[in-house]
Amino acid sequence: MNLPHLLPYLAAGWIMLVGLYGIVTSRDLVHAVVCLQVTQSGTYVLLLAIGYRSGATAPVFSDRPPPPAGGPVTDPVVQAMALTDVVVGATVTALLLALAVQVAKRRGTLDPADLRSLES
Amino acid sequence: MTARVRLLLFAVGTAGFAALFAAAVRGLPEFGGPVHPYAARAVHQAVREGTPNVVASVTFDQRGFDTLGEELILLAAAIAAVVVLHVVRREEEDDGAAHRHGPAEVSDALRIAGMLLLPVTLVAGVYIVAHGQQSPGGGFQGGVVLGTAVHLLYLAGDYPALQRLRPLPAFETAEALAAALFTAIVLYAAGWAATGRVPALNGAVGAEVGCALVLLLSKFFEQALLVRDPARPTK
Repeated sequence: MNLPHLLPYLAAGWIMLVGLYGIVTSRDLVHAVVCLQVTQSGTYVLLLAIGYRSGATAPVFSDRPPPPAGGPVTDPVVQAMALTDVVVGATVTALLLALAVQVAKRRGTLDPADLRSLES
Repeated sequence: MTARVRLLLFAVGTAGFAALFAAAVRGLPEFGGPVHPYAARAVHQAVREGTPNVVASVTFDQRGFDTLGEELILLAAAIAAVVVLHVVRREEEDDGAAHRHGPAEVSDALRIAGMLLLPVTLVAGVYIVAHGQQSPGGGFQGGVVLGTAVHLLYLAGDYPALQRLRPLPAFETAEALAAALFTAIVLYAAGWAATGRVPALNGAVGAEVGCALVLLLSKFFEQALLVRDPARPTK
């Protein structure tokens, strides 16, 4: 397979690694949470890249006949996965940010390097 | 572990992952290619069950149990965030932090735009939930629209009005009921036709996502608006 056909998949992997790099080098918990979101975005790109189909339209048949008469559609399975992933990811992000708020109030810092132990 | 060692470890791991990932994607189906076996089966099944929006059919019909799991993750995360922020709030209030809020100084244009957009956005959210089985949209997307629509009041500068518009106990009850309803439909309504089950699940998810969003944002608002004493020394 040539490079243009690999590029979307490689971009997904690159986004995940960039997000992980941000988490590893993070000096701020809010920054780390955002980096986790970036990492998760890589999975959206990977899922949608797998489901993409050249010249196809959205898998909705309320105004046109289903295949083979109506032409090709993109893969609905990965789209459904990405959909639930986005909403659940947003809620989990809210939970992590709430924990960051808690940490900031209790410990007065958001730098993971300053959070040595679990005692308060 | 120092930052340097950690970065080195990450570099080694990343190199390994990148090599394996690059090797793995070479075996994936061609990007944009015509071979989508799962898509073909999902489309066939959705059309046979009479759900024009195949994504809704996959989410709520063909993979309903999977969505039940994600739904419960959403519920658990929302409850946990509310609980964590609630404890902090009570502590801060006991320390004598003042409740300072009221209509903010915003321009009339912003205020009127917020007031006008509120009903329109609410109707659009209900539409997206209600037509989830026919057109792009559904409970998850419509729920987010509904949950954020209420907060146009905050953007319009009227936080007290927002508080009157969303009585939190009612939203907590509604979220729990919506989650219970979703679980009950998934577990016990397997015999229903998909044309009835998918809209019902869409509605339950829309209510739950909307309520969860309102609850989460309300707790963050309380942190930002009611509890305000950042200069307080840490214990």
